[in-house]
Amino acid sequence: MSSNFNVVEMNDISKSFFGVKVLDNVSFAVTSGEIHALAGENGAGKSTLMKILQGVYTMDSGEIKIAGEAASINSFQDARKYGIGMVFQEFSLVPELSVAQNIFLDREHKNKLGFFDEKETIRQSKLVMEELGLNIDVTAKVSTLGRAFQQLTEIAKAIAGDAKILILDEPTASLAKEEVDALFKVLKQLTARGVSIVYISHRMDEIYRICDRITILRDGKKIIVSLLSEISPQEIIAHITGRKDVEMLSHEGKSIERSTTPIFEAIGIQVGNRVNNVSFKLYPGEIVGLAGLMGSGRTELVRAIFGLDKKDDGSIKIDGKDVAIKNPRDAIGHGFAFIPEDRRRQGLVMEHSVKQNILAANLSSLSHLNFLNSSKINSLVQDSIINFEVRPPEANREVRLLSGGNQQKVVIAKWMATNPKIVLMDEPTVGVDIGTKVEIMKLVRAIAAEGKSVILISSELPELLGVCDRILVIRKGEISEELDRKEVRDEDHLQMIVQGIKV
Amino acid sequence: MILASLKKIDIRATLIYWMFAVIFLLFALLLHNDGFLQSNNLLNIFRQTATITVMAIAMTFVISAAEIDLSIGGVAGLASVVGAIMLRDHGLILGILGGLAIGFVVGSLNGLLVAHVGIPSFLVTLGMQGVAIGFAALVTNYYPIPILNDTFNAIFGSGTIGWFPGLLLWSFTAVLVGWVMLTKTTFGRRVLATGGNRDAAEFNGINTKNVKFKVMLISSVVASIAGLLYAGRLQTGRYEWGAGDELSAIASVILGGTSLFGGSGKIIGTFFGALLVGLINNGLILAGLPVSQQQIVRGLIIILAVALAKKK
Repeated sequence: MSSNFNVVEMNDISKSFFGVKVLDNVSFAVTSGEIHALAGENGAGKSTLMKILQGVYTMDSGEIKIAGEAASINSFQDARKYGIGMVFQEFSLVPELSVAQNIFLDREHKNKLGFFDEKETIRQSKLVMEELGLNIDVTAKVSTLGRAFQQLTEIAKAIAGDAKILILDEPTASLAKEEVDALFKVLKQLTARGVSIVYISHRMDEIYRICDRITILRDGKKIIVSLLSEISPQEIIAHITGRKDVEMLSHEGKSIERSTTPIFEAIGIQVGNRVNNVSFKLYPGEIVGLAGLMGSGRTELVRAIFGLDKKDDGSIKIDGKDVAIKNPRDAIGHGFAFIPEDRRRQGLVMEHSVKQNILAANLSSLSHLNFLNSSKINSLVQDSIINFEVRPPEANREVRLLSGGNQQKVVIAKWMATNPKIVLMDEPTVGVDIGTKVEIMKLVRAIAAEGKSVILISSELPELLGVCDRILVIRKGEISEELDRKEVRDEDHLQMIVQGIKV
Repeated sequence: MILASLKKIDIRATLIYWMFAVIFLLFALLLHNDGFLQSNNLLNIFRQTATITVMAIAMTFVISAAEIDLSIGGVAGLASVVGAIMLRDHGLILGILGGLAIGFVVGSLNGLLVAHVGIPSFLVTLGMQGVAIGFAALVTNYYPIPILNDTFNAIFGSGTIGWFPGLLLWSFTAVLVGWVMLTKTTFGRRVLATGGNRDAAEFNGINTKNVKFKVMLISSVVASIAGLLYAGRLQTGRYEWGAGDELSAIASVILGGTSLFGGSGKIIGTFFGALLVGLINNGLILAGLPVSQQQIVRGLIIILAVALAKKK
């Protein structure tokens, strides 16, 4: 892989916002052709460090060297000039333009008359795609591509701009497994050409799979740089969280009394061809995990249970009695709560405060004759912030200013205040840092310990193994396996079952 | 960066008061020889802006829910006409009810089409504006309908309680009711949640269709009250009353700091926004500008003010 020269060298970088030190003498270096993981909890300083490298923020002190030369980077344009490219988490592509037009956006090829030279644009784009070994139709509109291809187009765009250093922030957050494979193949090819990559991710398996070295930040300080071959996942987690007592979520599964009436029963749920005749039971205090690949129908199943989508067939029993759930209001009335997958879009009003968001699901219980009771509200919000450890603990802070993990805590706090009997969770820890992830898992266990029942969808198998009492494996819209937690040996075992490989 | 964004929010929240103060002082200095500061003139500003204020308060709910209502001017005109005819033929009570019925009918139609059929409110209400004005012109054959009922004219127009003008009472009532509804009731929260993020609101169990229906209904009913206020103040029902008021109302709301994209609503801001619009109108008239120039200056001031108030 690499000769040892540093393509990027950031030395003793410090940065404060309003007297709060966000980066404290951090040094960070990436060698040529290396994939370097940058890890740390949200708020550890990763994104601030990368924004300094991209010229979005100016450092208070320290120096940046690019290929050994001191560099001054004060804008995106400067960063581009030094060959630094960023692949955005939220894509920067124009959906209505073609792949080729996006790749050369703002650098369009023009002919002698000054008109866009579409042919040249397409030809050049094809060259870039060939170079990356990608089979993408460059004349297709970006909006017609899947997420993974959009992401690859982003990378192509950066490469076409002659990026020598690529920064990827959680690039696999919304990709399916095969898409991740395709992405990784491209990244490997890039490194072979001497491109260096900074890889920001919370996913341990990916870091081990693709990265050469890792730098871990915590509370604005550099904790360690290490070759991944010389550090164990347990050590990485310990460095990230800084807590010595992080037990990897080992969990046995509780014994659940299953002779009583189930609190919830789904009978023959059918949703188009996505969910096919699904029946299962849920008992008080039980946590049932839904495992399965992306697109297996898990999300569709819980959406139908919660009344967000129409069931074509099937019925639902609560405490042994048939109930009709036609919309989320019915579901909430029957004691359901739903913590959705996309908290920014479905869970929260980002511009509203923590308080307003917590209120939103609890309006009736906090009002009398439709008038809000402000003392009740304030005590509920204060309790929620304390019990769910929302940081910073400010009721009037807009939730968009919180980290992803704390946003998720607000969503959970909001729903727990409704005192639900059955909690549906769809990927509750996506994009959440490891420390908060552990906290959220503990919350899930605590919720079940109160006698509430939980249906948990997660693509992260350790998470399922860490909290569930029973795991249902969904494949092609059907329950293919039903496993007691005790029957599952370890993650690999569950992975095989989910993938449909007979063991 | 956080500080910068806080600063911006802060300025936006108080901007309307600064603008109001600056323009008021400007007019006070430039126009004091023209009687700008006389209490009679100041009361006049309040009286003339009552209809806009009332409609703008309802519009605050519509815009907070991320919708728009362009039909209010037309509804006001139609309500004034229908109210005047019913009053003439069937007496006071049915006159008032007739005017309000217009608001209920148009508002229900708007609400149905926007919330349940799913047509953008911009289009629904743009069309409804034409329908309302057209109906008003049709039933009156373009003639004004005089109103001779003194009780009606007192309630909705020139009446006073002691020295206190009745129109002012209408404004203050609208502001108070609007403020309580938006900030102190579950309905207000549902409006803001729906406008802020409809998906999330729906997940919270909020019936967002119902919320959208209600804001459209409220807007039309309030516009029909404004129509009665026009009828009372001018002692006639006429299809033209209220023409163009939707723009003044929307400008008042945005000037007041409510986000055009929904999710935030400022009732007191809207009140001052409406007063500012009235203030500008009044100042330009006192300055003796011809109508054409008034229109130009008013348009430019509103664009400038809204640009300053814009959420960035």
